[in-house]
Amino acid sequence: MLKSTNIEFQYPNGPSFQFPDVNCEAQEHLLLLGESGKGKTTLLHLLAGMLRPTRGSISIAGKDTSGLTNAQMDAFRGEHVGIIFQTAHFVESLSVEDNLVLPHFLNNKKVNKQKAASILDRLNLKHKLKQFPKNLSIGEQQRVAIARALMNDPSVVLADEPTSALDDKNANEVIDLLEEQARLSGASLIIVTHDQRLKDRFQKRVTL
Amino acid sequence: MNLLKIAFRNIFSKPLNTILSLVLLGFGVGIISLMLNVEQNLQEQFDRDIKDIDMVLGAKGSPLQLILANVYHVDAPTGNISRKEAERIAKHPYIEEGIPLAYGDNYRSYRIVGTTPQLHEHYGVAIAEGELFSATYSATIGSAVAEATGLKIGDNFFSAHGLTDETDVHTNHAFTVVGIFEPSGSVIDKLLLTPMESIWGVHEYVEEETGEKPDEEITAMLLKKKNPMAIMALPRMLEDTNMQIALPSIEINRLQTNFGIGMGTIQAIAYVVIFLSILSIFISLFNSLRERKYELALMRTMGASQGKLFSLIILEGLSLTFMGMVFGLLLSRVGLWILASVLKSSFQYDFGNLWLVPSEWLLVVMTIFVGIVASLLPAFTAVKIDISKTLADG
Repeated sequence: MLKSTNIEFQYPNGPSFQFPDVNCEAQEHLLLLGESGKGKTTLLHLLAGMLRPTRGSISIAGKDTSGLTNAQMDAFRGEHVGIIFQTAHFVESLSVEDNLVLPHFLNNKKVNKQKAASILDRLNLKHKLKQFPKNLSIGEQQRVAIARALMNDPSVVLADEPTSALDDKNANEVIDLLEEQARLSGASLIIVTHDQRLKDRFQKRVTL
Repeated sequence: MNLLKIAFRNIFSKPLNTILSLVLLGFGVGIISLMLNVEQNLQEQFDRDIKDIDMVLGAKGSPLQLILANVYHVDAPTGNISRKEAERIAKHPYIEEGIPLAYGDNYRSYRIVGTTPQLHEHYGVAIAEGELFSATYSATIGSAVAEATGLKIGDNFFSAHGLTDETDVHTNHAFTVVGIFEPSGSVIDKLLLTPMESIWGVHEYVEEETGEKPDEEITAMLLKKKNPMAIMALPRMLEDTNMQIALPSIEINRLQTNFGIGMGTIQAIAYVVIFLSILSIFISLFNSLRERKYELALMRTMGASQGKLFSLIILEGLSLTFMGMVFGLLLSRVGLWILASVLKSSFQYDFGNLWLVPSEWLLVVMTIFVGIVASLLPAFTAVKIDISKTLADG
């Protein structure tokens, strides 16, 4: 579902990175481990198409993305890639419900509020539908962010350090949740982290 | 969900900034719109009352006063002139018509004007009820007079000497209301018309005291020219008399030019307020953009195109501008309504129509245009956001 080959990236006037190949099949779960400064976030941004590799190619859902224009890449990412960031961010002026249907609207799809409700229900947060994100606890916000990443039924879910700020118990819960929800949505899951606690939970690992 | 909804949510998530922008823009637009309306209304009123009166013949004095007194009936007359002399001028071959006016009395500060049927016919005002004055001491009254004083057909009233107060009432002759004119928006609305003989009759006792015969005098004569040469030829005929000729168009023009300085200053201040408000919209857009950079980058990762973000920011600026402008136009209507109710008693200027006057459309187009221009830079900044860097720093 996601496959990168020989990708390199050079920041203008900055460091350059060479990354090992990543190959994550459909519904497979993969851990990308690396210490700080190894370019974890850079790799995640490359995989998500927010940065374009200086060399090498990335294909997602069977499509080579290197030929896409920036505008095409935006649309393609919206459709096929769900991203969860280290800390959850939202459009603060919109309710949880509106934030969840935002990916539909921004991809010019029909807005499906029922889907927002059912995904939130899966995460035991249905009662927060009409609330504003800033009124939710950090843990709840992270769960809503997971829900949002799944709204467009992505082929790949990318998670950036989802557990770095959490204690063991919460970290395990979030990973359980991520794995479970990715499975239910039929998406591949790639977690980028330096968190050694997660090492033993994933059979498939790539170390930077 | 649509862009407009997101734009509005964003606008109102910072209510204080929004209110500041709206109030500033509202006041700027409001002041200008109010002035445009007043200007337009005054202009219409001036034009309606001048209506083909090319010249006014009256006693020497300030020509502007002569016009204000005899065309608009807002100033005191310059004095009396000889009726015979005036008629001699009116019979000049260059003159088509002369309408005599004789007045000096009021009824509850509305002027009682002795004239002929030429006056209301000139303004094309029809009679709503009753009939036209014909006998001495019969009066046909303007609609505003009837409304304000409650005079009805068949009512009697006494005139008071002078044009404003009722301290010196002529009780020797009572006037009778025989008719009421329809409302016309012209000066006729606020006058009580009667034959000239009534005015002379009321003042007969003056004759005994001073030895002057009032029936030989009138206050002024409104002249319509037949030949443009009249403007050149007539003043020469007035040498060695106590009379002068004034041209309403020139005097009013002069009045407006002098007024115009004051109007121009207020207008300049209003434009500065508009500029400040647009600047405040620009700053609040730009500020919120800095805080929302992450949000906008996030929207990009969810598939939003650059065009969509551009439209969103423009829409936010435009909505603010539009709301501020509508607020301003509403404010000016409230101002007009207050002006109209205050001025109704003294000037009778009618602010009946509250829809946009033509010059306001220019104001509307200009304001929206400037609003868009102010949103352009923030919108381009939104488009240029480096999503990877913004999210990595976030």
